[in-house]
Amino acid sequence: MKVLCAMSGGVDSSVAALELLRDGHEVVGVTMRLWGGDSDTGCCSVADVDDARRVAQQIGIDHLVFNFTDDFDTHVVDPYVRAHADGITPNPCIECNRHLKFHRLSERADVLGFDAIATGHHARIVTVGGVHHVARGADALKDQSYVVHMLPQHELARTLFPVGHLTKAQVRERAVEAGLRTATKPDSQDVCFITHTGGREQFLGARIPFRSAAVVDADGAPIGEVPSVELVTIGQRRGLGLPGGGPKQYVLDVDTITRTVVVGADADLFDDEVHVVDLHWAGVPETDVLVQCSAHGATHPATVMPGNGVVSTLRWHQRQRRVAPGQTVVLYDASDARVLAGGIATRRR
Amino acid sequence: MSGELTYLDHAASTPMRREAIDAMLPFLDQQFANPNGSHRFARQARAALDDAREVVADVVGCRPGEVVFTGGGTEADNTAVLGVVAHRGGVAVCSAAEHHAVLHAVEQAKGIVVGVDADGHIDLAALAASVDEHTTIVSVMAVNNEVGTITDVAALADVVRRANPAAALHTDAVQGACWLDLRTVWPHVDLMALSAHKFGGPKGIGVLVVRQGTEFHPLLVGGGQERDRRSGTQNVAGAVAMATALRLTDAERDHELVRIAALRDRLVDSLVAALPDVRETVDRGRKVAGSAHLCIAGIENEALLFLLDEGGVCASAASACAAGAMEPSHVLAAMGVERQWSNGAVRLSLGHTTTDVDVDRAVEVVTSAVRRIREFQR
Repeated sequence: MKVLCAMSGGVDSSVAALELLRDGHEVVGVTMRLWGGDSDTGCCSVADVDDARRVAQQIGIDHLVFNFTDDFDTHVVDPYVRAHADGITPNPCIECNRHLKFHRLSERADVLGFDAIATGHHARIVTVGGVHHVARGADALKDQSYVVHMLPQHELARTLFPVGHLTKAQVRERAVEAGLRTATKPDSQDVCFITHTGGREQFLGARIPFRSAAVVDADGAPIGEVPSVELVTIGQRRGLGLPGGGPKQYVLDVDTITRTVVVGADADLFDDEVHVVDLHWAGVPETDVLVQCSAHGATHPATVMPGNGVVSTLRWHQRQRRVAPGQTVVLYDASDARVLAGGIATRRR
Repeated sequence: MSGELTYLDHAASTPMRREAIDAMLPFLDQQFANPNGSHRFARQARAALDDAREVVADVVGCRPGEVVFTGGGTEADNTAVLGVVAHRGGVAVCSAAEHHAVLHAVEQAKGIVVGVDADGHIDLAALAASVDEHTTIVSVMAVNNEVGTITDVAALADVVRRANPAAALHTDAVQGACWLDLRTVWPHVDLMALSAHKFGGPKGIGVLVVRQGTEFHPLLVGGGQERDRRSGTQNVAGAVAMATALRLTDAERDHELVRIAALRDRLVDSLVAALPDVRETVDRGRKVAGSAHLCIAGIENEALLFLLDEGGVCASAASACAAGAMEPSHVLAAMGVERQWSNGAVRLSLGHTTTDVDVDRAVEVVTSAVRRIREFQR
């Protein structure tokens, strides 16, 4: 096949390109330029593009750079900023995967005559009864099925994850064997458009006005104030400006309209249910599932409650820590191997 | 360039003239010496450098002492803008469609950027309003590198001299050498930049022509070469090759202008006839013979360039950023071209190796690539 392989300049996508070549595909590497502003990590720095290009040269494939900065602003940065203004905790990396690394790239690959796209994600694709499912990668610690769970059927049909069957150690071994310059490069961790020096506060502060909020206890009695309600997240303990000494206080709820932050004890953070909007199933909906609510979080069993509204309710088998609105909720099958569905956590109703 | 590839990116870099390669080789080999030394080898190199300077002076119509060899066009532009401001202070002024070598230098010097018309020509009324007693240098390109627009340098000079006779006038003529008789440009300006690889010489060598009496602070200081205007051991091989290429270009220009304009016209006319919603960015009467610049509605030029490359046609769009991604063109933005057109901008630039076969091939490949993209993006 003719495959367009996304190459970030990291070791996983370097080895992905190499694996594709070894499998006999015709491969072209592409680095997507996504974020046009300041960056200290992530996929957009010139040094990373250099690494991707040098690896491509070394393994003998063409390398392109696509400028998707406009789409990145529209589909990732702007919604990220709006979400914070609305008191929602977004996951920009998932939106980037959804809109840029897969949808946009896949569209471009079609126009350019490629049969498939590939990335270096640690995930697999399995087909059960004619339905494609994202499945966990071979390396449980590096599994990225959560961040690519949302790929629609037509994209899964044309997507390859060439390192999904390898552990991270095996990926690095193959990079070392091939003498790739990215073999020992550390993994990227953070949101690429948030710098270490400025952080989330500086990024958001340049784009939205911060508003103060009252900090109240579970009964609504005011006990303090925070300068910027847009930066407060459910479960947060530090930075609330509360006097020390008492029991630890956690954020239970954030309301940006009334500018109120409700705090309480750790025990108050636990819920029986989580509510999910836009729950999309790969195949036929199921009832008993395992649920993961953060990129490297544990899974917990839950039952999908009957209903056909926009909001779906998942009832935990054991009470779980509250999920911040905006977080991605991914449902796996009982063996915790493949993705059944995914959606976005919403406020309790 | 017949055969496998159709090279239509001469404005980015044109193939070296065979004669230029032959001329430079001895200076990479036996005649390697530093031209500033005091032995026979040095004197040989010095003679070659002096000869090269005279050839350049002859083609430009200046004195040999006014030719300063630089490390390329960017260095020449930077030296002119930053050098004059460093020496005299005051304000630099340029057009919004300048090459970044001028634009970023003027911006760095906190100068004034003047708008352009829909063809990319500097707005002379706005220029007149922007040049005053504080202005020390005005820099306007002779030929635009993206869209090919020719500046009326005489009219430009008239405006600048009237507004402030003491201001130095620089022109970036990097894209002009193939298409303009430089002898008609030089009399109007005080400084002029050239770059060898745009006219069949090697990369890494250029010229800043400096009218006698025009004072500036050198960008590079050190051994005082080039009469203290550009320190650093001269690139003798490069200068020799550049002079050879420039002399050939100058000698063949009249004939080549006619030949290449006919090729360009056929290329553009065929594409406009074959494809709906394609427009020529700049009126052909205002631009150089070797430039075909089109805006193609409903396509992304990143995709187009890939398909052209795959079809064996080398072309370009706007300039690339440090990471290699294409940036939206500041030139088209300054000309007021809407994004739906500028997203599909493509530059096909012709040169001394371009043939009828190249035009045939380009028409075929561009047409089918645009049709394919439009089919998918409908």
